[in-house]
Amino acid sequence: MRLRYSDVTPEPLYVSRRELMVGAAALALTAGAGEAVAATPPAGASLKATPNSAYRVADPPTKMEAATTYNNFYEFGTNKDDPARLAASLKPRPWHVQVDGLCAKPKTFDIEEILKIAPLEERIYVLRCVEAWSMVIPWIGYPLAALLKKVEPTGQAKYVEFTTLKDPEQFPGQKGGFFGGSLDWPYTEGLRLDEAMHPLTLLTLGMYGQVLPNQNGAPVRIVIPWKYGFKSAKSIVRIRLTDTEPKTAWNKAAPQEYGFYSNVNPAVDHPRWSQATERRIGEFRRRQTLPFNGYADQVASLYTGMDLKKNY
Amino acid sequence: MSARARIALKIVVWLVGLAPLGAMAYWFWTDDLTANPIEFVTRNLGDWALRLLLASLAMTPLRLVFGLSWPLTLRRLLGLFAFAYVVLHFGVWIVLDHFFDWRTMADDIVKRPWITVGVAALALLSPLAATSTTGMIKRMGGVAWRRLHRLAYVAAVLGCLHYLWLAKKVLVSPKVYAAVLVLLLAIRAWDAARRYLRRRAAARPLVLGSRG
Repeated sequence: MRLRYSDVTPEPLYVSRRELMVGAAALALTAGAGEAVAATPPAGASLKATPNSAYRVADPPTKMEAATTYNNFYEFGTNKDDPARLAASLKPRPWHVQVDGLCAKPKTFDIEEILKIAPLEERIYVLRCVEAWSMVIPWIGYPLAALLKKVEPTGQAKYVEFTTLKDPEQFPGQKGGFFGGSLDWPYTEGLRLDEAMHPLTLLTLGMYGQVLPNQNGAPVRIVIPWKYGFKSAKSIVRIRLTDTEPKTAWNKAAPQEYGFYSNVNPAVDHPRWSQATERRIGEFRRRQTLPFNGYADQVASLYTGMDLKKNY
Repeated sequence: MSARARIALKIVVWLVGLAPLGAMAYWFWTDDLTANPIEFVTRNLGDWALRLLLASLAMTPLRLVFGLSWPLTLRRLLGLFAFAYVVLHFGVWIVLDHFFDWRTMADDIVKRPWITVGVAALALLSPLAATSTTGMIKRMGGVAWRRLHRLAYVAAVLGCLHYLWLAKKVLVSPKVYAAVLVLLLAIRAWDAARRYLRRRAAARPLVLGSRG
């Protein structure tokens, strides 16, 4: 039997009353606005996608309520509930993503254009956080490769750098406090070009059949299921092709703890805790963590000959 | 201070000490312990252990700085509540987080300094809890008892290190606890220096002035 997230979470639970009211208000406001400016999709607006049965896991999806209220998104704040609590301050429209660097056709894409570059698929991936918990999430998007091909990376391009929006008005966590300003903003992340072009690497625009909630990285993020969650940059405004390994936000904050690769690896401990096991959100006992988060058969070949203890 | 006021104060401490447990029980009932209840409960118990331990250590400084004597009557009760939260924090780690996986836990205690210091803090607090009764104070004698119970400061240092080392460096709250502890220790140090100077002055009345 195929278990879908809609079987696990009844609709009324994941469409809260507040979201419905915000949605109704947004509809009322934009009713007469015409076509010139694309309206901000109300939180919880549905997003059509075709389930891709090649990319799904057997475990039942995590409850949407958990996936949208227990988040690490330090742009909003360092507490797990900060992103959901402060989500309304982010404005996911209008939104542009500048794709440039070592490519023949650099271009700034409007988010509406990005939504149409390739058919939207639904893929069910395991998300493994470096903090040793995991979730099963039905994402909506298409391979990042489809977007990158549009700008035609040159032969010199070896890496891809992602940059998250920097705007303390929209991201209160970027304001910085008495004891310092959390991370060095903007948040940047990076992949090797072959990792970025890998079919598993998903340019993500929605989850659970809906547009991406703000607290999960609206309007567009990346999802790399074989790496720890922090590699998957959220609310992306720039994607840059480069020939040097990009500096990444967590690596700058604590280089001995967060390497550039950060592939899920039960054999390589975080300096402060073991990565051998994880707690699946919604379960009681810990599970064994799988090499490459269970995607080893698809991605291990990217790293043949590499010492994964050194390249953590 | 009247006996009634003292009892009222103790009731307040009991309520404050039990409130976090009550809140967690309520959140358990309403399914509001976040998506990761074990992590949340562990962290919450640890937070309250540190808060109550620092509160118990703040009572003497309150007397030193503001000349209040009533805080001293709350010191022991606050310390015992702190110990209770440390034990619960440790218990949740053993039972809920690791489900009696003794080997993994032993590895963690040896390998990870933040866990080592956490367990050490619990070990230091245990004899203090055991000797907390009025009978034990009498049996040990006030001087020896007070000397032993200064270990609470060492436990607080270890507790703050435990949190500082475990948390990501960009987090603020471990630094707040550490700052409060440093302040409390500074007040005690200032008082100790003040008393030392006074004692020296009193002990050598004849040489006073001869050294300039």
